[in-house]
Amino acid sequence: MKISYNWIKEYLDLNVKPADLAEKIERTSVEVDDVIKPSDGLKKIVVGHVLSVEAHPDSDHLHICQVDVGEDDPLQIVCGAPNIAKDQKVIVALPGSRIADNVKIKKSKMRGVPSAGMICALQEIGFPEDVVPKKYADGIYVMPADATPGDAVYDYLGMNDSLIDLDVTPNRGDMLSLYGTLHDLSAIYDLPVKFDQPAVQETGAAIADQLTVHADAELAPQYRMRLVKQVKLAPSPMWLQIRLWNAGYRPINNVVDITNYIMLKYGQPLHAFDYDKFSGQDVYVRTAKAGEKLTTLDEGEHDLDDHDIVIADDQKPIALAGVMGGLDTAIADGTVTVAIEAAVFEHDHIRKAAQRHNLHTDASQRFERGVNQAGVQEALDAAAEMMTNLASGEVQAGTVVATDNEPEPAVIDITMSHINAVLGTELSQDQVTHILTTLGCDVAAEGEKLTVTVPVRRNDIHIPADLLEEIARIYGYDDLPATLPTGRMTMGELTPAQKLMRATRHSLEGLGLNQAISYALTTEDKAKMFLMQPSETTKLAWPMSSDHAVLRMNVITGLLDDIAYNSARKVKDVALYEQGRVFYREDGVDRPSEQEYIAGAITGTLLPTAWDLPAQPVDFYQVKGIVEAYLKDMAVNGDVTYVANHDLPEMHPGRTADILVHGHRIGFMGQVHPTIAKQFKIGATYVFELNLQAIIDMPKQENQYDVISRYPAITRDVAMLVDDEITNEQIVALIEKRGGAFLQSVKLFDVYDGVKVPKGKKSLAYTLTYQDKHATLVDDAVTQAFEKVEKRLQDDLGAEIR
Amino acid sequence: MSLKDKLTELHDRGLAEIKKSADLKDVNQVRVSLLGKKGPITEVLRGMRDLDAEERPKVGAFANEIRDDLTAALAKRREELENAVLNAKLANEAIDVTLPGTPVAKGEPHVIQQIIDQIEDLFLGMGYQVLSGPEVEEDKYNFEMMNLPKNHPARDMQDTFYITKEILMRTQTSPMQARTLETHDFTKGPLKMISPGVVYRRDTDDPTHSHQFHQVEGLVIDKHITMADLKGTLQVLAHELFGDKFDVRLRPSYFPFTEPSVEADITCFNCGGKGCKVCKNTGWIEVLGAGMVHPNVLKMAGVDPDVYGGFAFGVGPDRFAMLKYGVDDIRNFYLNDVRFLKQFTKKG
Repeated sequence: MKISYNWIKEYLDLNVKPADLAEKIERTSVEVDDVIKPSDGLKKIVVGHVLSVEAHPDSDHLHICQVDVGEDDPLQIVCGAPNIAKDQKVIVALPGSRIADNVKIKKSKMRGVPSAGMICALQEIGFPEDVVPKKYADGIYVMPADATPGDAVYDYLGMNDSLIDLDVTPNRGDMLSLYGTLHDLSAIYDLPVKFDQPAVQETGAAIADQLTVHADAELAPQYRMRLVKQVKLAPSPMWLQIRLWNAGYRPINNVVDITNYIMLKYGQPLHAFDYDKFSGQDVYVRTAKAGEKLTTLDEGEHDLDDHDIVIADDQKPIALAGVMGGLDTAIADGTVTVAIEAAVFEHDHIRKAAQRHNLHTDASQRFERGVNQAGVQEALDAAAEMMTNLASGEVQAGTVVATDNEPEPAVIDITMSHINAVLGTELSQDQVTHILTTLGCDVAAEGEKLTVTVPVRRNDIHIPADLLEEIARIYGYDDLPATLPTGRMTMGELTPAQKLMRATRHSLEGLGLNQAISYALTTEDKAKMFLMQPSETTKLAWPMSSDHAVLRMNVITGLLDDIAYNSARKVKDVALYEQGRVFYREDGVDRPSEQEYIAGAITGTLLPTAWDLPAQPVDFYQVKGIVEAYLKDMAVNGDVTYVANHDLPEMHPGRTADILVHGHRIGFMGQVHPTIAKQFKIGATYVFELNLQAIIDMPKQENQYDVISRYPAITRDVAMLVDDEITNEQIVALIEKRGGAFLQSVKLFDVYDGVKVPKGKKSLAYTLTYQDKHATLVDDAVTQAFEKVEKRLQDDLGAEIR
Repeated sequence: MSLKDKLTELHDRGLAEIKKSADLKDVNQVRVSLLGKKGPITEVLRGMRDLDAEERPKVGAFANEIRDDLTAALAKRREELENAVLNAKLANEAIDVTLPGTPVAKGEPHVIQQIIDQIEDLFLGMGYQVLSGPEVEEDKYNFEMMNLPKNHPARDMQDTFYITKEILMRTQTSPMQARTLETHDFTKGPLKMISPGVVYRRDTDDPTHSHQFHQVEGLVIDKHITMADLKGTLQVLAHELFGDKFDVRLRPSYFPFTEPSVEADITCFNCGGKGCKVCKNTGWIEVLGAGMVHPNVLKMAGVDPDVYGGFAFGVGPDRFAMLKYGVDDIRNFYLNDVRFLKQFTKKG
């Protein structure tokens, strides 16, 4: 809501600049989006008096005008506006002036005719399109006849005012009005406000004989109407138009403008009906009947149902209650009798109606948040008074009232010790009482106990905590001390699982992978890929897009999306890991279980190629090295084995291994199936995915010291030819089993599968290291043990020792 | 010519020869020729027997002096020449030290993770636990127990991804308040926790909106927790994340689960508080929401609001990272362009 600085000053003797006032409001009440002075940035824009208008000889729409701008000689200005006419007072941008959007106006020629400046429309000096009076929407603006040529236009148009744009939180509906804001400012600045007292002159007949209203208190706790006859529709006076357009409202006519003005001033939405268009003399507040329709003021057509509250006459709905009036009964040319409605509608209905019909209006916004239920009649009276003053209306005697359920004010008990204990302050009872009193509360003290009666307009204050907020903000958060919690000590420590997750990240980063955080919501297809276990999908009921519609059941696809994103931007070497959750769901259960997973994906090269480092495209064994090193870091207690898996649909059938700890499958690794890679538009990519929860839950091996032998080790190398089907694992297992007591390690140092070995065979070479921890090894003992292994390799695996 | 003169002449000649020697071989030759058994000094010394008893020790001492001197000169010359050889060799081995170092495999933590870790470490040091909660939540915890009953207007402030009517993607980490309040045993001590995690909103992704982002919830409940404690805690947090020279100010705000509710601003780091485009000329930037836990939240979780109370806050690491590093598009955090990920490498 845009609130006028000048308007505030009419009621409050403030001696602060608009920017300071805005800052104060922001610090104490509600957020301020902006402070705007409409004349800022404009220069040399003055009132002109059009002395003559002639048609341009070379144009069918341009006019050559002589305009008095308060100087000795009139200016000649060429104007294209259709509504230009002799004797008008107009807005003139002089040569050298600046109009909206920082546009400079210079002397120029228009189709050969010199033109010294420009006659402006309101839009051209910065007015938003939607506040310009309809009459001037497509042409220049015509100023009041008494404007003096040569004067700057800003004051005539209210452009020197400062407008403070409040971003009102849902709880502070009271701030959506001048009066609500004034009440708060009165407390903030500790200054009195003198509010107007409406004085209605009821010159007409009794309203009760002309109009009856009926309402269900559940739908409309308050519902009342006044009737004004013999109104003369006309444009509103300038001061009123200025108030409206500065607040963002288009001036329409005096009657409609009055209702908007009263809403701005009191926060009470009003609606003016053309009484003569009513069918009958009864007005009903009721729920709509299925099949009923209503065309609203904005010419939108709405199908209504029994969730909507409508205002209806004998025949049909005439307004969508609290949201927008109907077109049929709208104030229009020819209207002479006006029924003014002032009501309180049940907020939940209004909120839903505004949503359902997509009609979020200033009225609905206020009803949703709650209006001042103690001020409904006052607002209605103020409107009636203005209709007499501005539209010569004859106010009929009395108000018809259907419901009148004004709530009791909230009464809250609070103690001084509680206030200071929660705020951490040492406020005195006088200070607190003063703050609450300036906010309009009645405070009765009994010892340190305060009984606070809250004004009805503050419908956000119900409990002691609400009062604490009022006291704290008016006292000032800046003056609040800053301390840290005291009391019983607590230990801050990560859980073992949290420590392991941190260690996981550090380990993988140390191994060269960058941490990625991808989207957990993905497509249904991707969600179902790379599954570690069967699961139902979990789908959003109303996704924003099919790209993010289903919860992931793997982490890899997110990383593949990331690689695709990089790849599309010519970043070819990508090494990522992600630690996050996957979501498995059992059939018949709505809520999935969440499991911590860890995945990695590498494409291109892990190490950037350099002048001394040739390109080494990532392969299976590089990724395996990372997984091995990571699992070693995690110290899982148990043998880690890698078993070829040819059957994972998204993985290369010959380059994929399941990862097992102690025989339990905790993940897999390998190359993404080329078909899948193509689908993601990425190159050869190697991935791994591990169930991190399983790793967390596994027993771990503690670090321990092992004596480093002082005795020398002896090594023997063995090279052999074996059938292609024989695996490294088989050979190592055999060597380890048959290697004897002193065999310390077996290390593969060469694999050859080239032209020099027979087809169907491969050559493998190992270094065996022997060591006795407690004595020097005798060479013969090693030779003996080594020969035994060689023989076994030949006998058991058919190896040909070379 | 007296012996002494001969020795002096030998000394001078010897030094000159040593000086002239061009390599180690030369030095060796000079040594043999001067100090060898057949060398001139030995010769001179042999002539000492002709001297009288009084002169002999003096000349002897002089001769020794000369021999030591020459020996030292030889050693020095040898060292010089050896150094020269070594230096020549080293000069040959010179490399271009400006060539780049060999790349090593090195990954980086995600910038959001870095901020979360930093927040965690700060609060661990102040005795908080770190808790994580489910990302797929029940309406009950995400909204109802946070004092947001069905049809509460503030629910409109958060667009929610529902899975079923009662199951949703959590829109905030606040449900962890309700979950921990429900289970915490206050006889064991106060509740002090933070809960970082991923949250989801039904938003269209654009430079300032993401349907997925992060939050860190904080909650402290005990018998004597004050709003001043909240202010002090937020100050510590701001100082940790942004630096000591940043001020914190509180402004009134509205959250259904806190009362009073505040938003915290910190001094604009772009302009240091003078006012600029980033802070819309206010000198301040909004960084988090906080407040004193609403009695209804305590009550619904079975905690007596007449005995216990405290504060809660929620911070957005994404927003922090955007502000701190001037990241102009939130989507950068979730698209994982390696060129982006590699920008935040400073450790410690």
